[in-house]
Amino acid sequence: MSAVAHHTSTGLDNRKLAMWTFIGSECLLFGTLISTYLVYQGQSLSGPMPGEILDIPLTSISTFVLLMSSLAMVLALAAVTRADRLWSRVWIFATAALGLVFLGFQAYEFTHFVHEGLTIKTSLFGSTFFVLTGTHGAHVAVGVLLLLTLLVRSFQGKLGPDKAMVVEITGLYWHFVDVVWIVIFTVVYLLS
Amino acid sequence: MTETNAEHKHPGTGTYVTIAAVLTVITLVEVGVFYVPAFEAFLAPILLTLSAAKFALVVMFYMHLKGDHPLFTAILTIPMLIAFGVAIALLFLFGVFTLGGSGA
Amino acid sequence: MATSVMTHDSAGDPMSLGARIWSWITTTDHKRIGILYGVTAFVFFLVGGLEALLIRLQLASSGNTVVSAEAYNELFTMHGTTMVFMAVMPLSAAFFNFVVPLQIGARDVAFPRLNAFSYWVFLLGGLFMNASFVFGAAPNAGWFGYANLTSTQYSPGMNIDFWVLGLQILGVASIAAGVNFIVTIVNMRAPGMRIMRMPVFTWMTLVTQFIVVTAFPVITVALVFLMFDRTFGTTFYSVAAGGDVLLWQHLFWLFGHPEVYILILPAMGIISEVIPTFSRKPLFGYAIVVYSGLLIGILGWGVWAHHMFSVGLGPVADSVFSATTMMIAIPTGVKIFNWIATMWGGRIRFTTPMLFAIGFIAMFIIGGLSGVMHSSPPADLQQTDTYFVVAHFHYVLFGGAMLGIFAGIYYWWPKVTGRMLSEPIGKLHFWLTIIGANLTFFPMHFIGLLGMPRRIYTYDAALGLDTMNMVATVGAFVTGVGALVFVFNVLWSRRRGTPVEHNPWGAATLEWAIPSPPPVYNFSVIPEVRSRLPLWAQSGMSEVPATPPEPVHVPDGSYWPLVASLGIVIAATGAILKSVPVVVGGGVVLVLALYFWAFEPFEV
Repeated sequence: MSAVAHHTSTGLDNRKLAMWTFIGSECLLFGTLISTYLVYQGQSLSGPMPGEILDIPLTSISTFVLLMSSLAMVLALAAVTRADRLWSRVWIFATAALGLVFLGFQAYEFTHFVHEGLTIKTSLFGSTFFVLTGTHGAHVAVGVLLLLTLLVRSFQGKLGPDKAMVVEITGLYWHFVDVVWIVIFTVVYLLS
Repeated sequence: MTETNAEHKHPGTGTYVTIAAVLTVITLVEVGVFYVPAFEAFLAPILLTLSAAKFALVVMFYMHLKGDHPLFTAILTIPMLIAFGVAIALLFLFGVFTLGGSGA
Repeated sequence: MATSVMTHDSAGDPMSLGARIWSWITTTDHKRIGILYGVTAFVFFLVGGLEALLIRLQLASSGNTVVSAEAYNELFTMHGTTMVFMAVMPLSAAFFNFVVPLQIGARDVAFPRLNAFSYWVFLLGGLFMNASFVFGAAPNAGWFGYANLTSTQYSPGMNIDFWVLGLQILGVASIAAGVNFIVTIVNMRAPGMRIMRMPVFTWMTLVTQFIVVTAFPVITVALVFLMFDRTFGTTFYSVAAGGDVLLWQHLFWLFGHPEVYILILPAMGIISEVIPTFSRKPLFGYAIVVYSGLLIGILGWGVWAHHMFSVGLGPVADSVFSATTMMIAIPTGVKIFNWIATMWGGRIRFTTPMLFAIGFIAMFIIGGLSGVMHSSPPADLQQTDTYFVVAHFHYVLFGGAMLGIFAGIYYWWPKVTGRMLSEPIGKLHFWLTIIGANLTFFPMHFIGLLGMPRRIYTYDAALGLDTMNMVATVGAFVTGVGALVFVFNVLWSRRRGTPVEHNPWGAATLEWAIPSPPPVYNFSVIPEVRSRLPLWAQSGMSEVPATPPEPVHVPDGSYWPLVASLGIVIAATGAILKSVPVVVGGGVVLVLALYFWAFEPFEV
């Protein structure tokens, strides 16, 4: 990525504008997945039903974990901006680690559901649930990869304040993934 | 010259942590409301409002839309409104909401 | 092809063929990428045209046996899919690429390597989808792939898998380009090029890209559902599990309707440039034309179920969508009035691009009228799934989008290549095309209303439609000859086309302020713009000297975009061959390519 931002018509960074545009696009991606979930809610003919199988307390914890990862992310950006090498690395690592914990919870949840007889094939609930939350999880995984890349760059001494924009943009992606989870948690879990 | 950090004026650590605390509290309230039988009838509006609040906090402060150029807000909001509109339309079309007579 | 800027290496020696090919493979220059899009898309256009000719040969008479029913299904499916995704969209992309940076006074797009990536993904995706013919398993469930015909129960072969994977690949290219062009247009305009000073073509490009980035995710999800149903046994479109096959239709048309605006808005942008130039008069009501385009982009989200009037949505839904569909005719009509008003009182030059532009207006009016007829659900119940609809969309897509694209080709050809296309040959191409198109598609209004359904490989003589079908077939071949005439024009122009300077047409917009073809850096100095019509207005722009006063940095090429694209297609190949190692291998190639891409030294 170009290290030097060029002059632009709006004064805004091209890459930041690109990430926001991509986020706008992702609203439609997740919007479609969530709409499908809602349309099919309550229509399953067989298999475990949401009320029986969704674990609200557990998922509340993983939701909390993801929210905290957003905190870690903004603290990481602040650290990078003030050229604080140690805390940049701590907070980036924390963000990625919390993301991995979230994914761990999700992996546990998925395997547990399969054990309980809910697979991707079982029913409309199975299909819509796993594809929606799986797509979200895949986005988290990509985010973790991006963060680990930033971490490596930091250790290579290549994540100074001049690279704050790259961290900010990664943060935008990460926060968006968190925000989508806020919607999913409410719509899928709490409003089951 | 491109944007300087003057435009950024990112909130300080204190603000960020406060927001994280608020988000935690809202999540706890959401879960609490879920388990209290008295709220069952209003579950949907309460939960949707609370999660909208969380959404707004993250987007405005962590994603910094509040301090940033309004173009970013537009780029998020317009597709979001389209997504929302499409979701509502699909719910009507599939009979999840009914208009008393329309069936899907 | 176009005169290459880089035919000599830095030492001044002529480049070897290998070096020249490599320079095209690694190019990140929007002008070259535009040419690549244009050539590739035109080849796919000919492929789609061939599919059309085979269809028309089969339907030329009742009870014909040119192709089997199965082959016929593949033909109309691939004709539609090819024309929409591999011809019209990338032909428009050729113009976005070549013209938009020049029109806004930029040196390139915001993300040149992402731009190259979009092209390579398009090429490889198009080849992937067409490779299905080699396997004898071309997609065969229509370009709209309705569930549950596309389920493994009713489509057990690889046909639909090719379709799903091919479209997903092409979708990646489109979304990437969408983001790229939005950032480019918003952020890389020359000083003084305010948003309401942008040429209409650039405006329409911006609206189109906005539609792309919002509509494509919907079909991405719909296709994921289909792929998962077929591969992993999910139940999204499974009636047995309580699912609703209409979910597919809704999701497809939620994408599909905005898609038709993606197909037409660029062409509308093109003729909004061509008509003022050859009327020697500024566009009438520029602001209204821009707002109409914006309105079409937004209202386009509210009409999708007019493709579903026959599925039983109920009177409320039918009425709502009928009303929104009628409403969207308004901004479209407004534009037509503005184009006509531009010509009114102008000093018209009937050059080939102008003929195509005027042809666009006429054909689009006809197509729009049949479209408005569809907007009434009771009327549509007669028209839907008949050749009446085929007539409608070919008038707007061929008579509209393709004629607009041809107008653009003839208009900007001198800018791209430095030579004019032949006017007499061009006029022959035009007349063959417009006569052929009307011969082909006008009878279809009648054929449809007299009862001939769509997507049937043969029909009975007792219908009495043999003559009209034959006329349509003859028309298709006339159009085909026209396309060959165009190819001849291209070849002719290479040596015999009149060389041109900056502004052979005397046009008004920035791209005509620089040499033809443009130097690699486009503008020696980024101009300051003071008018919507910089070359027509008094001191409409600052001067652009013949040579740059200081050296201009031109980015290097890169091969990572191509490698990344290969990774995607390898993964898709693994998916179709049901080989997990190949999928993983493709994924690894993609991820590695992205890392190298991110970290290579590349200065825009």
